Amino acid sequence: MAAVIEVSNLTKDYGDTRAVDHISFEVGEGEVFGFLGPNGAGKTTTIRILTGLSRPTEGHARVLGYDIASEIVTAKRHIGVVPELSNLYDELSAMDNLLFMAGLYGVPRRERKVRALELLRTFGLYERRDSQFRTFSRGMKRALTIAAALIHNPRLLFLDEPTLGLDVVAARSLRALIGNLRHQGVTVFLTTHYLEEADMLCDRIAIVVKGRIVNTGTPQALKAIVQSEPVTEVTFERAIGGMIESLSRSLPGIRIVTVSDGTARFYGGITADILDAILHIARDNNVRIDSVNSLKPSLEDAFIKITGLAPTAMAVEKGGGKQNVA
Amino acid sequence: MWRDNLRGVYYIALKDIRTYYLKPPAISWGLVFPVVWILAFYLRNPTGFEELIPGLIAMTILFSTTAAEAVVINFELRIGSLERLLLAPVSFSGVLLGKILGGAIFGFIMTTAVTVVSTSVFGLHPHIGSLVLFVILSVFTFSSLGAMISVSVKEVFEAQTLLNLPRFIMVFVSGVIYPVTAMPTGLQYFARVLPLTYAVSGIRQSLESNLSPAPLDALALVGFLALFMALAIRLFRRRFV
Repeated sequence: MAAVIEVSNLTKDYGDTRAVDHISFEVGEGEVFGFLGPNGAGKTTTIRILTGLSRPTEGHARVLGYDIASEIVTAKRHIGVVPELSNLYDELSAMDNLLFMAGLYGVPRRERKVRALELLRTFGLYERRDSQFRTFSRGMKRALTIAAALIHNPRLLFLDEPTLGLDVVAARSLRALIGNLRHQGVTVFLTTHYLEEADMLCDRIAIVVKGRIVNTGTPQALKAIVQSEPVTEVTFERAIGGMIESLSRSLPGIRIVTVSDGTARFYGGITADILDAILHIARDNNVRIDSVNSLKPSLEDAFIKITGLAPTAMAVEKGGGKQNVA
Repeated sequence: MWRDNLRGVYYIALKDIRTYYLKPPAISWGLVFPVVWILAFYLRNPTGFEELIPGLIAMTILFSTTAAEAVVINFELRIGSLERLLLAPVSFSGVLLGKILGGAIFGFIMTTAVTVVSTSVFGLHPHIGSLVLFVILSVFTFSSLGAMISVSVKEVFEAQTLLNLPRFIMVFVSGVIYPVTAMPTGLQYFARVLPLTYAVSGIRQSLESNLSPAPLDALALVGFLALFMALAIRLFRRRFV
């Protein structure tokens, strides 16, 4: 897989504050790569450097094979950027905003209108194509901002907190659209502080804290850091205090933790063997089983273990609102 | 790459014309203010008003271009959409040149209106080629001055307020109302470092066909244009990277 983004020891200082601290990573072609971290982790600064809006204090990066220090203007022909703020032009209609961006990026004149209408349909804005941007809802503004970033068929798309501030339905439909980009072969670099969003969308995730990458991997690999043994959670119809001893005897080497009176977790072993033993003992004690769950670790568990941060660190948005992942 | 930049300059200027020319700060500072001044001078003393026409044309250029720059730059700086232009395949210079062109065209339209009306009413016969040259040189010079000051602040009102300093100093010292030659010697020297002095002088000579063309005034304006443009681009880049 060819590298679309190659970053080596990238560092950015603002006065005495180090926003990005010697980060290195690669993003392959067609990959959806996520930068996951709390606000102030250096995610937006990294995007700003990779898109030429900011110069690194130290380190190098190549985007689509172009050196960001000397060839960024050429690289930008093939890059789409969705900034954190939906910053299209209030005074222009949805259609005119897209046509302006098409002109700016050099989309051939005869293709501009076709492409703009196609995107307006894809993003559900066709009916509102002649309305001014200022009249749009937050979700519609976000959708048009993403459409504008795609007008020139970019090979690489940067998305900075794509669903920030959106309601649950709008966020869900935007995630579906981002998921579709993968099928079109577009490489996506996105930043988010929503754990579930990173888990849902990304092929690989880099966890960033205080300007440093603390871990990189697929969501599955990151979750595997938390748990290397299977966990089976069984809920019985009533309290099982008296059964614990016989369960322990029948399941040597398995760690049993009671979560509540009627629920116990079994750590380790082979799930089928554990269930056999439990069923047997439950029948002997005349206790019915309500439910059996094979517990999988969440990305949140992994994040907490890797960063040592409380999940609340991620729930705080820049505007002070709460997250709304659907 | 130069094609990307040229295209960027064109589309940015075109978009600014459509988006911002009717914004209240552009109209009030760029059109209403100079027209009110012109009327005030005319009503106070209609005789000898022709003497004031070159200065008032130059003042219209100064106010309209700088007001337009504050609008096209600071409206976008405030809401963050100026960054959108920098994310396109256009260099920092290309984006700023697009902004300067948008202000220069606004100034050119306003100045053409004021010039056509005033020269027709007073039956003046200007040297058209020379007048057009000075108006074009001046709109770009003062648009660049406006851009240079506007990129240094964020809000439109901050830019307009800060712009008033050079605007009013130049209006009083550069020969708009009072001839430079009739001022105290110290002020005459000071007038020489102000671009509006050369705009007023060049336009005055273009309006009076018996005077010879003013290559030195044109050269001075070219110098100021290059200086303001270079400084504006430098400040603009520094604001981001």
